[in-house]
Amino acid sequence: MKLRWLGGLRGLRGLARLKLEEALLPPVVALLIALLVGDLLILSFGQSPAAVYRQLLEGTWGNAYGLGQVLYKTTTLAFTGLSVALALRAGLFNIGAESQLAAGGFAAALVGLALPAGLPSLLVLPLYVLAAGGAGAIVGGIPGVLKAKFGAHEVITTIMLNFIVLALLNYLITTRYKVHDTLHTAEIKSGVLPRLADFYSPFHGSAANAVLVLALVIVAATWWFLFRTRAGFELRAVGLQPPAAEYAGVNVGGVWWHAMALAGAIAGIGGLNYVLGYKHYYEEGFSAGAGFLGIAVALVGRSHPVGIVIAAVLFATLSQGGLAVNALVPKQMVDVLQAVVIISMATAVPEVRRVLLAVRREAGSGKREASTAPPNRTPLPFSRSTP
Amino acid sequence: MIAFLAQTLRIAMPYLFASAGGVVSERAGLIGLTLEGYMLIAAFCAALGSYFGGNPWLGVLAGIAGGAAAGLLYGLCCIRYRANQVVVGIAINLFAIGITRFFLRLTFDSSSNSPRLAGFIETGTGFFALVRNPLVWLGVLSLPVVAWVLYKTRFGLRMRAVGEHPIAALSVGVPVQRVRWFAVALSGGLAGLGGAYLVFDQHQFTDQMTAGRGFIALAATIFGRWDPPRVALACLLFAAAETLQIHLQGAQLVPSQFVEMIPYLLTIIALAGVVARAVPPAALGKVYE
Repeated sequence: MKLRWLGGLRGLRGLARLKLEEALLPPVVALLIALLVGDLLILSFGQSPAAVYRQLLEGTWGNAYGLGQVLYKTTTLAFTGLSVALALRAGLFNIGAESQLAAGGFAAALVGLALPAGLPSLLVLPLYVLAAGGAGAIVGGIPGVLKAKFGAHEVITTIMLNFIVLALLNYLITTRYKVHDTLHTAEIKSGVLPRLADFYSPFHGSAANAVLVLALVIVAATWWFLFRTRAGFELRAVGLQPPAAEYAGVNVGGVWWHAMALAGAIAGIGGLNYVLGYKHYYEEGFSAGAGFLGIAVALVGRSHPVGIVIAAVLFATLSQGGLAVNALVPKQMVDVLQAVVIISMATAVPEVRRVLLAVRREAGSGKREASTAPPNRTPLPFSRSTP
Repeated sequence: MIAFLAQTLRIAMPYLFASAGGVVSERAGLIGLTLEGYMLIAAFCAALGSYFGGNPWLGVLAGIAGGAAAGLLYGLCCIRYRANQVVVGIAINLFAIGITRFFLRLTFDSSSNSPRLAGFIETGTGFFALVRNPLVWLGVLSLPVVAWVLYKTRFGLRMRAVGEHPIAALSVGVPVQRVRWFAVALSGGLAGLGGAYLVFDQHQFTDQMTAGRGFIALAATIFGRWDPPRVALACLLFAAAETLQIHLQGAQLVPSQFVEMIPYLLTIIALAGVVARAVPPAALGKVYE
């Protein structure tokens, strides 16, 4: 009896270690591959990889301005990454973060233009969050409803909706809201948020602002929602095994569209980083691929709020680092590296699990203990393809 | 009228090539999110081939090779290593944008475009210029050929089986993985022809020149319900809408942004099944082990 209990404990420990290896190995492999590809690209341009990587680090983490820019980009990526990850936890792919982000920013700008000048930030901030989140929730919720009601595949509908929403915003901007000769709205006068430079002057010139704090709050709230509430539990249950969740009495369709709306809302609130914290107006194209990088952030962060913050910092560093090394090699190098990280990460996740399981099985076959038997293959969100 | 048809065909051409690739890929069970990336990489390779080879046919070959290589990369990740197709698909598109920009700087020392390329026809965009372009003939034939392969050949039957039910296909002796490998390479090559066409039509490579055409081709593939004749009609329909918009630009009847939305809106409506539900191949996107 006692022995069996001990065996069970060992099995649990083994499972925990396996999970940790499974979570940490793929990002390491992906980064190594990206580094290798980076070396090749740098060498093809006739530069020294060491010099370029040093420049990349110095231009991002080596000075306050660079760090501020990294933090600014981290903020947007944390929102979009969290948005993709939340949908992923429900077993859905949100490829629409790009347009949800843009719609959120646009809605916030509209609210800002309607408000009288000079209202205190804390008073109107909830209004902005509601507007941006609401717009994002609509854009994200539509594919969710289409999936729940008609079974339309959310990957395709979110992609198509990206084009539709961005075209609609382009129409609204060019025909109604733009300031002459620009592609942005007039400036917001009410409730804009302070930049980090206002508190600590070496950040001067960098775009990092108080929305960073909002991002961290929402990251924490998402963690609490996912892992500490009933709705979050249901959402994860649907993501892991929809038929089982349905059998247990969960309304799967409802969870689907709620998750998509919530994911859209998070991405939409991300629009505040540019509109309320940085430029104080909506500008055509400000999302600039942050929605798509959100997929990368969610993937590398393993759909966990803490992992997402780390992954957002990583991708923000790469984005900003591109500008830092542009004198040596074309800044597009980092676009390639980001793509390579995603590709090798996606490829490494199922492969690492397979290899780890094989190793486990090999080690287990020598002994007779049940505890060393391979644990059930609990699929992580990204290991399973949605049909 | 002839000018209208000629322009429609001209605009439809990249869609026809790429959606032929889309049908091949999706019918074999691999999501066609990568079409955009295939086209962009192929367009750049075509520019390189014809610039350094001095012959547009070399450019076409380079384009096919570039598209097929991108397809094989997709295959390596998603067939060999069973990675998630959606993630890899999106990443290959990002990769295509980055890598073409990087090598644009490296080879032509420009961040926006390549030097002018002669292509097959020096000037003119009308009907007669169109019929003198051999790629146009290839493009018109691409979907009918795919239809023939898909419905009349053994390989096509196997491809459909692999896309609908890989286990059943395996049980009757179809080499599932090999069929899929062949399908992604073919898909990349076909979309690559679309990229090559684009480069020679515009007489140069420009940064991100595919501008979402791969996604319109994917939309046509879905809207045409993975059936080549219908997909061809969808391509022509989308192109006709664009042509009409260009002709009506002066009249300001419908804002161009709303015309841009048409393919995407129709695809969502088709997927939601309001009129007649579009049902994808059963094993599309599923991992096969």
